[in-house]
Amino acid sequence: MKIPRCKGTRDLLPGDMAKFRYIESVFRDKCLQSGYREVRTPTLEYLHLFTSAGTLTPEMLGRVYSFLDWDGWSGERVVLRPDGTIPVTRLYGEHLMGTSPAKLFYVENIFTFEGTGEDARERWECGVELIGSSGYIADVELVMLAVSVLKQLNFDNIEVRLSHAGLIEALLKEVGSAELLQKVLEGYSDALNEVQGNKPELAKQLGLLLSLKGKSKGFLENLRAILPAIGTTFDELTRVTELLTALGCNYNIHLASGLGFEYYTGTIFQLYCMGQKLGGGGRYDELIPLLSDNSTPAAGFALYVDHIMDLMSSFKPMEAVNEAVLIKPVSGSIDNVKSCFELCGLLHEAGFIAELDFGRNDESRCRWILVASGDLFDLSDRYNDKKFHKLTGKEAFEKLEESR
Amino acid sequence: MKLKLALPKGWLQGHTAGLLDKMGLGLDGYHEKSRLYRPESREFPGLFVKVFHEKDIATQIAIGNYDIGICGLDWVDELLIRYPSDAILKIRNLGYGHGTVYAAVSRFSETAIEKLKACNRMIRIVSEYPNLAESYALGLRMRQFKVLPVLGAAEVYPPENADIVIIAETSEKELYERGLLSIDTVGITDAYLIANRDRLEQVDMSGLLKLFSKESAVKQTLSRHSRKTAPTVWKKTDDSVIRLALPDGHQQSPTIDLFKRAGVNMRGYRQGEPVSRPRVEIDNLVAKVIRPQDMPLQVANDSFDLAVTGQDWLFDHLYKFPSSPVEEILDLGYGKVKIVAVVHNDMPVNNLSDLKKMMKSGRLAHIRVASEYVNIADKYVRDNHLAPYRIIPTWGASESFLPEDADLLIENIDTGATLAKNNLKVIDIIMESSACIIGNKNAKRAGIAYVLEMLKKGCLS
Repeated sequence: MKIPRCKGTRDLLPGDMAKFRYIESVFRDKCLQSGYREVRTPTLEYLHLFTSAGTLTPEMLGRVYSFLDWDGWSGERVVLRPDGTIPVTRLYGEHLMGTSPAKLFYVENIFTFEGTGEDARERWECGVELIGSSGYIADVELVMLAVSVLKQLNFDNIEVRLSHAGLIEALLKEVGSAELLQKVLEGYSDALNEVQGNKPELAKQLGLLLSLKGKSKGFLENLRAILPAIGTTFDELTRVTELLTALGCNYNIHLASGLGFEYYTGTIFQLYCMGQKLGGGGRYDELIPLLSDNSTPAAGFALYVDHIMDLMSSFKPMEAVNEAVLIKPVSGSIDNVKSCFELCGLLHEAGFIAELDFGRNDESRCRWILVASGDLFDLSDRYNDKKFHKLTGKEAFEKLEESR
Repeated sequence: MKLKLALPKGWLQGHTAGLLDKMGLGLDGYHEKSRLYRPESREFPGLFVKVFHEKDIATQIAIGNYDIGICGLDWVDELLIRYPSDAILKIRNLGYGHGTVYAAVSRFSETAIEKLKACNRMIRIVSEYPNLAESYALGLRMRQFKVLPVLGAAEVYPPENADIVIIAETSEKELYERGLLSIDTVGITDAYLIANRDRLEQVDMSGLLKLFSKESAVKQTLSRHSRKTAPTVWKKTDDSVIRLALPDGHQQSPTIDLFKRAGVNMRGYRQGEPVSRPRVEIDNLVAKVIRPQDMPLQVANDSFDLAVTGQDWLFDHLYKFPSSPVEEILDLGYGKVKIVAVVHNDMPVNNLSDLKKMMKSGRLAHIRVASEYVNIADKYVRDNHLAPYRIIPTWGASESFLPEDADLLIENIDTGATLAKNNLKVIDIIMESSACIIGNKNAKRAGIAYVLEMLKKGCLS
C-alpha cells in the first residue's frame, strides 16, 4: 500500500539537501563572521505566546496548527511554531534578558495551514534577530547581512524594497480600513475606486504614490510634500536610505512592501530576485515589551530557504563521491568481509569516502574499485586506467594515499 | 444512484417533518417523536433518507456522504470556521429554528467585553461550539484565553466556572431568563438546506430542490429547551466549600436514590424538573447539574472537587489526557453498561479476529469507526492494529451510521435491544462501566473525605 506524504509538505532528496546544507552553511558562516550566535527554539510552543504578542492577525492565527497536548485538559492549546521571530523573543526573555545586544540567528521550520495545496504548509527560514540595538545603523547592518548572504549564494540583481511601519500607519489613518489599504497598496483598482468614492483627494494622492518607486532620500521628502499627513513618521527610514546609498546598496522605496506582519514598528525591508521574494524583515521595538514588560528594541529578518532553493536550479553540489572508494568482497566469507571492513575503517580514518559493495552499487560513482579475494585486494584507478593486483590491505591503503 | 438526504433529529425534527409533509415528500416514519433512522419516501423512491444528530449533518454533507441535508446554520459555521471548505453550499434558509449564537456572561457578574479583552488573566470560555469560541477569542485579540468544550448545559458554568459562554438561544430575553447577559453575537441558528457542491454540480436533484423553493420561508422561532432553570449563583466558593457535579439524563434517577439512601436531602434535583444548582443538605457543599461526559475535564480543571459520572467517560478522558489528575474515588455500582465493538449483521465477521482477517485479506481496505467515545475508539483500533482507520466522532444516534456511513461502531449497551432492532451485532466487549465518583488527585479541600463517607453509606445501605 502506497501512502503519500501529507498535503503541502515536500520531501528533500539528496540533491535538495545538498542545496539546503549549502545555503545553511553560507548563512551560518556570514552570521558567525558578523558576531551572531546560533539558537534553536522548540517546534511546539503555547498558542498563548502568539496571542499574547497581539501582533499576528486573527487570520494568521486562524491558520496555525494548534491542538490540545496530552496534558491539555486545561484547554491550553499548543501550536507548531507559525513564526520564527516571536519564539526567539520568548527565548530572549527567558534566558538572555539583559544581554545587550543579543545577536542571534537560527535555521528553523515554520508551519501554517495553506488550503489550496499549491503552497507549502511547512517552510524553512534562516533568521536573524538583533535584540537590544535601536537606530538606523542596526537596521542597515541587517539589510547588508541579508544581501551579503544572497550575494554569496550567487544571486545578482537583488532588489531591496524598503518601507516603514509609520508610513503604513499614517496611510491607514487616512484610509480608515486596513483591508482596504492592503488592497489599494497591492494595486487593486476597485479598492482605489472605493477610496475615490469617499475621499477623492486622498485617492489621487494614493494613486500618485503607488505609481512612484523611489531610490533616494529625496524621494521620501517628495512623498512628505505630496501627502503631508505622513508627517515625520519615517525620519529613521531617511537615515537608512542615506547610509544604504553611501554603502552602494541598491534599493527601492516601495510602500506596499510594508504590509503583512503587524509587529513591525519602524523600517521594513524585503528582498526580491527574479520576481521571487527571498526574505524580509524589519524593526519590531514593541514586541519584547509586549511579551515581557521589558523595554528592549529589536529588529530582524528571515530568508526563505524554499524560495532560494527553487531559484538555485543550476546549483551543482561538490561531487565528493567521485573521489570515493568502492570495496567489493568476492566470496562473502567471514574472513573476506572482515578484511574489507578493516580496510574500509582505515580509509575512513584517513579521510577517504569508502563504502562496501553489497552487490548493487553503481561503480561509475567511484574513482577506485577494490576487489577483495580472501585478504588480498585488486585495485583499479578508473581515472587513470591503472590496475594493481594482489595487494595486502596495507599496500592497498598506501597506493590510495599516493594517488589521491 | 440514489439521491441521499440527511435529516435532523431533535429540536428541528418536528418542523422539518412538517415542511417535508407540506412539500409532498411523503416520508413514512419521520415526525416529531419518531425514532426511525431510515424513513422512506413514497413520492421519491430514488431518495435515500437518513436521520442524524443535527451536529453530524454538516460533516456528512462536507465529506460527500450525503447530497443534501437540513441542519442549523450554527453547526455549519462551527465546522467551517475550523475546517474551511467550499464543499458545503448553503442553499436556503428554511424559516424555522431562528435563533442566535450569543457570547454571554453571567448576569450576576456583568462584565463588559472591553474589560474582558483588556484583562491580563486567563479568560475561560465554555461552549458547545469550541471552534466558534476560539475564532471569537482570536477575532477579539484576547491575549490569554482557554476554551472548555462541553456537550451541553453550557449555561450552568458562568460565573463560577467560566467567564464567557458561547451559546445558542432564541432571544436575549430567553438568555436573560437562563441567567445570562448577551455581550456579542457570534452566529445564527436558523435551519438551512445545505448541499454538497460537487454533487450539486454533477447530479440532477432539481426535482427535490424545486419542492423546497415552492415552500416560502416564514420565520418561526422554536423553543430550544424543554425546561427552564432558575438562575442563581453559588453563595460561597472559598476553599472550605466542596463543589459537587451532579449528572443530568438517565443517571439522575439512581443518583437521587443514592443520596436518599445516604440520608442526604436534596432540593431541586427531581427527575424531569432539574435546576442548575440544586441544594444538597451537607454543610459547605454546593452543587451544579452538568453532563456526565463533561465531568472529567471539569474536575481536572479544578472547577469541581467531586462528580458523579460513568467510568466510560472517565476512561475516554484519561485516554486523551494520560497525565490528567482525575481519578475514580468510589465505584457506585449502578448504571452498569458494556462498551462494545459492533458491526452490521450483514458483515461476515463474528469476532475481532474475523475483522482483522477481513482487513488483512483486503476485503475491507480501510475501516471507518463511529463513536461518541472518540478516545476509547481510537485506542481500541490502534491497539488492535485495525489500520488504516478513520474515527468518525458522533453526537448520538450512532447506531444509524452502520452500515452505510461506518463499518465499526464503539457503543455502550445495557440490554442490547437497540442493537438488535437496528440489525447490529456485538463482536467484542471492550470494557464494563458503572457510575462512579471522580475527584482530583491534587485536591486538598478538607471535607471531601466526609462527603465520601456519607455517599459510601448510601452505596452500602
